[in-house]
Amino acid sequence: MAVLEQAPPTAPAGPRPRAMSAREKWSRRLPLLPALLYTIIVTQVPFLVMIWYSFQSYYWNEPGGSWFNGVSNYAHVFTDPDFLNAIVRTVTMTVIAVLLTVIIGTALAVLLDRKFPGRGVVRTLIITPFLVMPAAAALIWQGPMLDPNFGLLNYLLAPFGVNHEAWLSNHAYGTVIVVMVWQWMPFMMLIVLAGLQSQPGDVLEAAKVDGASAWSTFRELTVPHLRPYLELGILLGTIYLVTTFDQIRLMTQGGPGTQTTTLPYYLYEKVNYAFDIGGSAAAGVVTVVLTIIVASFALRMFARVFQFEEAR
Amino acid sequence: MTAIAPVDNSNTVPAVPTKSTSGKAVARKTGLTLGAWIVGLIVFLPIGWMVITAFKPESAAETWPPRFTFSPTLSEFTIVFSGMGPYITNSAIATIGSTILVLVLGLPAAYALSVRPVKRWRDGLFFFISTKMLPVVAAIGPLYILVLRTGLLDSIWALIILYAAMNLPLAIWMLRSFMLEVPSETLEAARLDGAGRIREITEVIMPVVSPGLVSTALICVIFAWNELFLALNLTVTKAATMPMFLISSVPQEGLYIAHLSAAATVASVPVIIVGWIAQRSLVRGLSMGAIK
Repeated sequence: MAVLEQAPPTAPAGPRPRAMSAREKWSRRLPLLPALLYTIIVTQVPFLVMIWYSFQSYYWNEPGGSWFNGVSNYAHVFTDPDFLNAIVRTVTMTVIAVLLTVIIGTALAVLLDRKFPGRGVVRTLIITPFLVMPAAAALIWQGPMLDPNFGLLNYLLAPFGVNHEAWLSNHAYGTVIVVMVWQWMPFMMLIVLAGLQSQPGDVLEAAKVDGASAWSTFRELTVPHLRPYLELGILLGTIYLVTTFDQIRLMTQGGPGTQTTTLPYYLYEKVNYAFDIGGSAAAGVVTVVLTIIVASFALRMFARVFQFEEAR
Repeated sequence: MTAIAPVDNSNTVPAVPTKSTSGKAVARKTGLTLGAWIVGLIVFLPIGWMVITAFKPESAAETWPPRFTFSPTLSEFTIVFSGMGPYITNSAIATIGSTILVLVLGLPAAYALSVRPVKRWRDGLFFFISTKMLPVVAAIGPLYILVLRTGLLDSIWALIILYAAMNLPLAIWMLRSFMLEVPSETLEAARLDGAGRIREITEVIMPVVSPGLVSTALICVIFAWNELFLALNLTVTKAATMPMFLISSVPQEGLYIAHLSAAATVASVPVIIVGWIAQRSLVRGLSMGAIK
């Protein structure tokens, strides 16, 4: 089995929990404490500070510091169409990108799940987009690949009637998604490929002997087997893709207009161009509340994915 | 539970000649192979184009139609190498520093969640993973102020601290999965031999976990090296990293495509090579240790 059983080996690990002395308990906790405290301080303190600032008027480029202004930051945020649109756009872009990475990643994994000459090389070629620095990838797409005047893509698509298309001006939304998918489908491919290769060969062979067609074998045996892998891929892919920033900052600056302004970019602009700490904090609080709602489902899914083998 | 490396099922095709050895099947196989190669090359195309463009003289990089023949030059690389010194040093310090911090904090934590688990190890694991779901992006304004007030703005320490927090959950989950591979019989035997906790760790656990330590470190290196959002918000010049160098290589005017391509190639190559070498551990790291 390629998926790990998650229960720790409790049996040989000393006395049963109930019989543990206070000393034993603390000696078990001690190694965990540094990481726990570190994570709490570094990741949770900014969120507490954020709640505080969300009730303050504070422009960091102006003298005079901050003062309490009640819920007016929240009132602004909720009536700011740019913010509401950014939320919707973040969700739609993430969902589309994740779905496409799953579909393409699975297709690539199926393609690579057979022996053929140069398989290792093809696999290496396909995972490389994931390894390229996202900032580098974004700038290479933006210039050498997509430039309307000299970009390679327009040259390759010219036989299909594409004439010096300005992809990032006319199709910004779709183009950004394409680049996100290009960068992340290797991730999905690797996870699905691991799933495919962990299938017991004898079962597949038995299906073949029984005269099952390739497609029905895939549907009846492979897809159910892949399910936890797909769930894991979707979950982790969403966590990473929802915070996509580099491509947007470097390829479109959220534009044209606000066509590709997602939440991360919206918050970045509020801090860096509007200098509005209070407003960004209120928007951040709303984002975090929404994230917690989604994450609580995601965590349940995590719990299921990581235990599916115990449950058998 | 047995952990097996991925099986290659293609070997299980029966050796007895069957219908599948007919000409049609052979054609299909060749087609699929060809298809895989074509797809691989298409996926790789932008990266290949980046490397090709990096060797062009600037005048050959912005032409229509794009030029495939030119006399390669290293002149853009020379310019890149002469300008990237401080950036690559900062990237190296932030990446290596944060990775060491992650391992120092993560190893004991993974131990306390696996070999000698605390009572609520499950809650512990989920706390760590949940911090990956609260995007630091949301708190960037307050974080900026915090970093400013603590005097860490444009300091490499800010990046080390934050990159460590970013990678720690991943490392803990991953290291834990390696520690669970230590056979409980071996642990038991060591204990019966009277091995203390220190000897148990140094003589039984570490030999099993050390390859995992390397793959965990590689994953942390990849994510830290490539990070842009925090670097862009929290550094200016003194602590700016390689992604920032890339941005600075796009001028307001003039030809820059060959220069940019050379800079992007130099910035990406270290991690691409690390990733190629660590392909197997990549899967495990990206799945937080769930897939071996």
